[in-house]
Amino acid sequence: MSSRINWFKYASPQTFYPLARTLAGGFGLLAAVFCVVGLYIAFFVAPTDQQQGEAYRIIFIHVPAAWMSMFIYLVMAFWAGIGLAFNTRLSGMMASALAPTGALFTFIALWTGSLWGKPTWGTWWVWDARLTSELILLFLYFGFLALQAAIDDPRRADRAGAVLALVGVVNIPIIYFSVKWWNTLHQGASVSLTGAPTMAATMFAGMIIMAFAFWFYSIASAMMRVRCIILERERNSDWVAEHLGSRA
Amino acid sequence: MLEIVLRVIRRDLLLAMRRRSDVLTVLLFFVIVVSLFPLGVGPEPALLRTIAPGVIWVAALLASMLALSRVFSQDHADGTLEQMLLSATPLSIIVAAKVLAHWLITGLPLVLLAPVLALQFDLPQEFFGELMLSLLLGTPALSLIGAIGAALTLGLRGGGALLALLVLPLYIPVLIVGAGALDAAAAGLGAGAHLSLLGAFLVVAAAFAPWVVAVSLRIAFE
Repeated sequence: MSSRINWFKYASPQTFYPLARTLAGGFGLLAAVFCVVGLYIAFFVAPTDQQQGEAYRIIFIHVPAAWMSMFIYLVMAFWAGIGLAFNTRLSGMMASALAPTGALFTFIALWTGSLWGKPTWGTWWVWDARLTSELILLFLYFGFLALQAAIDDPRRADRAGAVLALVGVVNIPIIYFSVKWWNTLHQGASVSLTGAPTMAATMFAGMIIMAFAFWFYSIASAMMRVRCIILERERNSDWVAEHLGSRA
Repeated sequence: MLEIVLRVIRRDLLLAMRRRSDVLTVLLFFVIVVSLFPLGVGPEPALLRTIAPGVIWVAALLASMLALSRVFSQDHADGTLEQMLLSATPLSIIVAAKVLAHWLITGLPLVLLAPVLALQFDLPQEFFGELMLSLLLGTPALSLIGAIGAALTLGLRGGGALLALLVLPLYIPVLIVGAGALDAAAAGLGAGAHLSLLGAFLVVAAAFAPWVVAVSLRIAFE
């Protein structure tokens, strides 16, 4: 049986800690490279939009940030669910490590959306279905962070946060499909998995590259954060004492 | 099992009757919040008519949130809740009974009081049916969703403000659809679609919330 892969090797904080360092470094580097390439395409290669002029270029930040805001919540809810079901320590840490990055991207999506709305719609904010549900998403992130911060016992914090994250996950499909379900001011999706994108190829490429940049940044920052959380929670264990002792 | 449900409801109602002021405080809060709006935005009847559904709904939502911490806190303080956790009856059944009792104490009076407040806002009387029906379907959903927040924040410091932060985002869909029902009725579209959606929220909340609350309570007592 020795040839079997141990799937749970990295479920322990101790073995995951060094891996997280490697992942944080690798994905951080990738994020930087993709970001430079993506921004180069966004500002120098992609053509000017016929209707919106140069203002549309904020799409390269806005759309990837909005995608990540929803995606990170899903990943967070996934880890929360795993932690709740299997009682694994690391899952709860992953969920709490992801939440601040998710909240950041939600805020960026709302902020850039409002900057984009002013020149194209003529207003900073409208109470349209997608904007409202994205705002609710931001509140859900804040609620998650506040609940975890209010509970001193990390185990209860993880589990209570997990319940809240899973209850709030109902909102994600509502945001995603809001532009389809309600015909409101926010335009429909320009990109779908099934059809060809309704935009120039270079624009699309720039947006996808930026999405990857944001994705890798999220992984890198979550890994950095989870390393801190692991050290903090395992501070009474031998391996942490050894690890910190060898560095001092 | 039904007997336990009835007993829990009876007990909670009895406790509430012995301390009537707690119940009345919530009701008075509802009345005062609603009465603040004409003072704040000005007594223009046309304006009041348009904002009436939203104001009444927001006030009902705040009032029901204000009462939430009471669902479990007293039982938590005197140890009854722990006995309920140990009981052979499924915890979600007891929770459902407690939430129902809580709604009878704090939600139902709001529904009954709403038309009186609507008069202050000069809302046409033909919409009172829709107003009460929307609140009748919406407030139990609010109590059910809110009980999740109450269970999660049980015994935490800064409970009240934290509870608001957790629960209010989850209330937003109910608020939008509930207040929308009256707007649709006023626009001559009929409130049927909105009321059906509210009913759907209520059914989903009634199916899942007691179970989620039971899980949250067990987490709080670990």
